[in-house]
Formats: sequence, structure tokens, C-alpha cells
Amino acid sequence: MTHSIDGAPRAPGEVLLSAEDLVIGFSLRGRKLTAVRRASLTLRAGETLAVVGESGSGKSVLAKSLLGMLDRNGRIESGRVMYRGVDLAGFKTEREWLTVRGGRVAMVFQDPMTALNPLKTVGEQIREAAALHRGLDKAASRALALEMLGRVGISEPGRRYAQFPHEFSGGMRQRAVIAAAIACGPEILICDEPTTALDVTIQAQILDLIKGLQRDLGMSVLFITHDLGVVAKMADRIAVMYAGQVVEEGLSRELFYDPRHPYTWALLASLPQLGVKGEELFAIKGTPPSLFKEIRGDAFAPRNPMALKVDFEREPPFFDISPTHRAKTWLLDPRAPAMEPPDTVKRLKARIAGAARAAGVAAEAPAAGAAEAPAAVPEGPKPKARRARAKNGKESER
Amino acid sequence: MSAEPILSVEGLRVRFGSGRKAFEAVRGVSFELYRGETLSLVGESGSGKTTIGRAIMRVHPAAAGSVRYRGREIAGKVGAEEERLLRQKIQMIFQDPMASLNERAKIDYIVSEGLYNFKLFKDEKERLAKVEKALLEVGLLPEFASRFPHEFSGGQRQRIGIARALAMEPEILIADEPISALDVSIRAQVINLLNRLKRDRGLSYLFIAHDLSVVRFISDRIAVIHLGRLVELAPAEKLFERPMHPYTKALLSAVPVPDPDEERDKRLVVYDPASHRYEAGAEPAWREASPGHFVLANEAELRDWTTGS
Repeated sequence: MTHSIDGAPRAPGEVLLSAEDLVIGFSLRGRKLTAVRRASLTLRAGETLAVVGESGSGKSVLAKSLLGMLDRNGRIESGRVMYRGVDLAGFKTEREWLTVRGGRVAMVFQDPMTALNPLKTVGEQIREAAALHRGLDKAASRALALEMLGRVGISEPGRRYAQFPHEFSGGMRQRAVIAAAIACGPEILICDEPTTALDVTIQAQILDLIKGLQRDLGMSVLFITHDLGVVAKMADRIAVMYAGQVVEEGLSRELFYDPRHPYTWALLASLPQLGVKGEELFAIKGTPPSLFKEIRGDAFAPRNPMALKVDFEREPPFFDISPTHRAKTWLLDPRAPAMEPPDTVKRLKARIAGAARAAGVAAEAPAAGAAEAPAAVPEGPKPKARRARAKNGKESER
Repeated sequence: MSAEPILSVEGLRVRFGSGRKAFEAVRGVSFELYRGETLSLVGESGSGKTTIGRAIMRVHPAAAGSVRYRGREIAGKVGAEEERLLRQKIQMIFQDPMASLNERAKIDYIVSEGLYNFKLFKDEKERLAKVEKALLEVGLLPEFASRFPHEFSGGQRQRIGIARALAMEPEILIADEPISALDVSIRAQVINLLNRLKRDRGLSYLFIAHDLSVVRFISDRIAVIHLGRLVELAPAEKLFERPMHPYTKALLSAVPVPDPDEERDKRLVVYDPASHRYEAGAEPAWREASPGHFVLANEAELRDWTTGS
């Protein structure tokens, strides 16, 4: 077996896959839709990165582009997808993509009904994937498929192997799809809303399964979802997407307890789980912008009641809040007026600050520290912010 | 909330198929819906929650039991006059706003279709006024009436679905997962709208959902349904603070909470129906554990659950 990409194991924490300034466009009935607008992401070895966004934010398109699975009318217009020193965005043929897709980077989709072939037994489909990507013979791949069925929690793998997808329940089907994905031995698993179509109790089991597999197999997981509850359960790091861009990214605790982008604030504040009964829920006005048109300034500005004048004129750069946390909003510019997040967000912050004090864990570094000093918004990130602005400023001038 | 229920369901059973293939989707469900109240029916797919809603709408016939609207029996045959009234006073909102609006009709027609069917207007002027009022009430502009559904976003379409129901001046709204298909930011708008309408119009909602966490925010009371039977019914906060039935506990533990620290410490409870000891003479019954808090349990269980954790 030959691969154009070498397979040396990676140290944990090392960058495995990165999207750099990706622009993805679709041509739709003669018009051009820019679904992803200069988005960057990095996935490190052994981590789970959750990409959160509403429908139309470009999260699924971004994930698909990493595997060369864009619909035919879409293409990567600029930017790079770096994996093991190779720019995948330069791949032209299916042949090239097959060196990565499946064997190295596998994907689990939302709907387990359509991910499986209804005319083939479930076991056969897993066996085929294993045979193709690992170059195993029939007996060996069959043994592996059986092992994988057991590994994903399907009881009586021998009997289930010979059954057809219609004989599986939704949750069991998703387990089978996951079995097929991990049978190929990928180091990265991309999950695109894998539990959205499932019941909550089944969802909880599938999420636990994915977590367990990641730990045991040392995979990195890129998890696409719109559900912030699922994000809280799964993510080590989070990237929030809006209108085709990543607007904030950071460690899970940083994003939940010390969010900085007004869109992240709004997203958290509009969750009924965090609302106060009897009060109006915080609602984001309007709808996301049309991606058919060129967007000027900050894409969220028209829906943001706190938007500054500059938001309508110039696109904000990223400002660093900590080495792991950054947000793309002018509010973090040292010249910006101090803005208060909505009450819900403050309550989350207060809750965590209170809990940290109660437990006496001041050492619970960046998030807790930052949460205790909310006044640090204007002063804290100054030096880094300036650097970031300078860097990004240059980039946008290009 | 008044003491008189506007809708009461008692021992409702719904069967599909017949003979050996018969399947009972709803197996003896009883509850009451009061005026100005939001009662949520929460369960997983296949639990029969949608079927209950449809049985009240008289889409599925009840195999047994009774459904009473303002004290009058409405399960089974009713007179033409009564039928007319029910069609008007009990309205439904659906899950998928992309599928529940006629793509080929203008909003004007969609909102007034019921008005036409029941001749609820004297002249064209009154009809237009009613459409305008319904649209304004859900936060849409009257000039949207001349547009087609495809020109609207999901949240707006859901509002049109609500406007269509409101135009009939209903007393009860059966909302079948009306916010599940909506994005987070849009969801909040629709929840606020439903809450406001309840307050202003004194509407009663039967809210059918699978997500307990969202339901907590909007419900006065919550009923948990499992395989066609109610297993627990309590005021919303009580259900979250003191869940009794193991299935309710399992559901609560399964819902992911948007708080990473809480999620990390949470333990998943899996419901095992075999954990009940329902031998002869110890069958479960619908019992009131504390005022307003009902649970499906036998005597031994009720004792354990009320004294224990």
C-alpha cells in the first residue's frame, strides 16, 4: 500500500489539520453564493473541536470541504487545507482525495438512514470500508467488521452483521455508521450533526460512544453542531461560526463562561435553558445576512443593537483574549467603549466564578481567572490585541 | 388558571390496525388542560405524544376513553354544529414550517383559508382586517399578505402558521414540536411570541415536545409519556427538582446542558423497564404523590420514591 501522505504518529496537541483563510463559493442559478468567507480552523491531535453555528453559517460546508465532498457547484476559491504537509485544497481528482478520505479522515453524517446502502447488509458495508482502506482480505476484514460492531455497542454482532439497515433502529444505524468509520482506522473523525435526528436518550448514548472511542483510539474529532448543550458535553475547544466566518474560538470553558463576541452572547442568551421563567427570552432580531451579496463590515452588526459605527464599515480582525481564546469583534479594540453582555451571560459567568471560589480552585486557570475579572475587558487583552490587529490589518490589505 | 378544565382527557386509548396486527399507540392516558395554561407532553419518538394531539383534533378516532371540551364529550361522533365549533376552537401548529404551508398560495389565502371554510366574515373588508390583525399579532407586516411562503425564512414561516391558527380565534392550540426545526436565534423569537399570545389572549397550549430543557421554560405543567402511557405529571419546576419516575430521571439526565462544568459532572441514567417489580397484585396505577404531582407507580414504588432520593 502506498500513500502520498506519510503516516507517522503525531504527538498530542500538535496541529493535525488546518483550514487557512478558506473561501468557498457556490454557483446557484447564475448567482454566486459565498458560503465560507475566509474562515480558519486548526484541529490538534487528540482533541475535540466543536464548530457551532446556525443553519447557513457555513459549518457543514466547511467540514465537507476538508474531505473534498462539496457539491458539484461548489469549490474552494482560495485558502489552504493543510494536512500532514500537503495542501488538500489543491487536490483535483477523486483519486487524490481517496488517499485521505476514509482511511485518514472519516466522516459521520446527520442522517443514518441515508448514510447506509439499503440493499446491502450492515456488516458487508463495514467490511467493504475496512477492506478498501486497510487493504485487508475478506476473512480479515470480516473479523475486523465484527469486532467494530461489538466495539460500538451493538450486541450479538454475528447476527447483526447479516442484517439490513432497515432492521436497525435509528440509534443502532448511527452506531453502524460509526463502526464503518472507525474500521478504516482514521486519525480524524468529522461528525456532522451525528445525533440531531435521534431521540435524546439515544443521543446521550451515541455522544458517550464517540467520546469513548476518541479516548481509546486517540482520534481527533471535529464536531459540527447547532446544539450548545451537545457542545458543552463534547468539546475541548469551540469555534463559533456566523455568516461563513469563525467569529470566536477558544477553550470550551472560555467560550461558555467568558464569551466576548456579541453573537456568542446572543446565542447563549437566547437559550431557553438559561432563561428566567416569566421573563422575555433574549431574542436576536432579524435573520442572518444573505451570502449572495458582499458583506461589508461585521456581518452580525445589523442584528446587533450594540453595534458600533465602525462595525458597519470595516470588518473586525481577531483580537486575542488569551493564548487560546480570540474573537473577531471591534468591541475588543482598546478604543471601543465598554459593553456589557446580556444578563444571562453574566449569570453564567457569576455562577462559575462563585463555584470556583466555593471549591477554592483559583488554579483552574484561564477561564476562572478571566471570569473573576470581568473588568478586564478593555485593559486585559491590550498588548496582544494590538499585535493581532496589526497582523490582521496587514492581511486584509493584501 | 381557573378550576374548570377547558379540555379533559380520560383513559384515552388509540389503536392502529386490527386483529393480531393491532397496535395500541396510546394506552389509557388521562390529563386536564386548564384555561390559560401550557401543558407539555414530553416523550421520545414512538411514545404516542403526537397521536394524543391528533386524537384530540379528532384526526385519529379514540378506541376507548373520553375527551371533553368544556365538559362536552368530543371523542367519537358529534353533531355538525359541534364539529364546526371544534374545528374552529382547537387549532394546531406544526413542526416543520417548510412543509406546513401551501407553496402555491399567497399568505393572504393561507391565513384566511379557515375563515373562508367557516364563512367567518361579512365582507371582503372584514376578512382583510382579520388577516391584517393576525399578521400583526405575530409580528409580521400586513403587506406580507401578497407574498408567497418561499419568500420567508423558517422563523417567519412558523409565525405565518401561528397567524393562520390565530385567525380562527381558537381557545386551545395544539403545538406539535413547533420550535424543534428552528435555529437557536429564531427559536427565542417564537417562544416569546407564544408566551405573549398566551398572556394576551388567555390561550391554552398543549405543547408536544421531545426536549425537556426547552419545555421547562414555557410550561406550567409537564407530562412525561413513555410507550403510550403517562409516567409522571407535575408542575414544571417540581418535575425538574423532584423527578420521581426512573424514566423521567433518565430523560432529564440525557438532555445536554449548555454548561461544560455541569456536563462534565453529570452521570447518564439509563432507564431499564425491567427494574419495576410489577407482579400480580402490585400493578402500577396513576397516583398522586404530592398535591399536583402524579406518577405511575405501585404502592411499594411510591413509598420508595417519595421517601428516597
